[in-house]
Amino acid sequence: MVDKQHLLNSKQMAQFVADGLLRFDELVPDELNRAACAEMEAGVLRGKAGVPMDELWQDLAIGQVIRLPAIQGMIDSLVGPGPLYDHHAVHTVNANHEHGQIWHADAIIDTRMHFDVQFFYFAHDTPREMGGTMFLPGSQYRRVSESDIARYQNFLGQMPMVCKAGTVAVAHHGIWHCAQPNLTDNKRYMFKLRLNPTVRQKKLWNTDDIDDAEIPGLLNANHRWYGNEVRLEAVNRIKMWRFLTGDDNFDLSYWLSRLENAPENELRAA
Amino acid sequence: MIAGLRRLSYIGANFFSEDAVTQIRQKLLVLYVHSPDLHSAAVAWSLYDGTGQDRSSSGDSEEPPYASVVAAMQDGWRVVQFPQQYPAYPGMEYNTSYLKYEYILEKMEEIHGG
Repeated sequence: MVDKQHLLNSKQMAQFVADGLLRFDELVPDELNRAACAEMEAGVLRGKAGVPMDELWQDLAIGQVIRLPAIQGMIDSLVGPGPLYDHHAVHTVNANHEHGQIWHADAIIDTRMHFDVQFFYFAHDTPREMGGTMFLPGSQYRRVSESDIARYQNFLGQMPMVCKAGTVAVAHHGIWHCAQPNLTDNKRYMFKLRLNPTVRQKKLWNTDDIDDAEIPGLLNANHRWYGNEVRLEAVNRIKMWRFLTGDDNFDLSYWLSRLENAPENELRAA
Repeated sequence: MIAGLRRLSYIGANFFSEDAVTQIRQKLLVLYVHSPDLHSAAVAWSLYDGTGQDRSSSGDSEEPPYASVVAAMQDGWRVVQFPQQYPAYPGMEYNTSYLKYEYILEKMEEIHGG
């Protein structure tokens, strides 16, 4: 188990539930970044889907990145200790590639409350002219199958990962994303890793601040691009927060409480 | 120019001027708006250009080209598809998926070539 100081806190978890991702800038030290870049250029050996993550990449810089206490804290908080390796990919965008990738969600429609996480590791500086990955915060609960969303091009609130070397984003498996054009003369790299939970995802983080007054506001974030469906988005976040905390009475703005009020008590005659 | 040829070009016919061939091509603007109200704010957008002048792709702009469908209509875009509205299927009242309020608009533009 990772030390408690490295776990996410409740406010970060609330932000993850609302946005579908968290971002940690310049988290990985430079020497590890350089070693990881070299490994990505050479290719990183694929593991077998479903094996314990702990068994992989014992001698690689990429393995050292995953074993950083801060990253282990994210893993323990979101999917719990002992996760399974699903797959990884070294994503590249060639130099002077002028077109953005189509928007997509990875894998296929996933109806679980339980969720996988995907790490997006940017081992070198990624200015806007180089990309990087574009995310759509708040898109993670939408039920779509991979490239079914390819007709869309732009959304209010879309978020390009413009970052310095060593930046890591960790996302819910359902988040919509796409690679952005690389107008520089250098090839762009991004390392992506998907992990599956092996334990019930319930209060795995540092819950010392579970009653923090800012949490409802974080969960109620309006990303604007879904327009009138903002209340449905809130309902899905309430359900996820209940799932993560085990508090079946949790609510925001009374949205679910009024719908769950279906009295069966019959009034006694006087 | 023979009267009526310009209008015919709107249905895809080519016509000939003295020194060049002028053809008509379709541009499509897809606007996703806040609600079924065509005055409501654009929240997502795509552009597909049949003239070959523009190659839009994901993430290429931060603000919509028009504030609403009506604003695009006022600039000459014609609405060619209206989103239908369906009641939620039982059991799927809180499911979300694609953007519901999708309006497809077109402009026909001349291209010049030999």
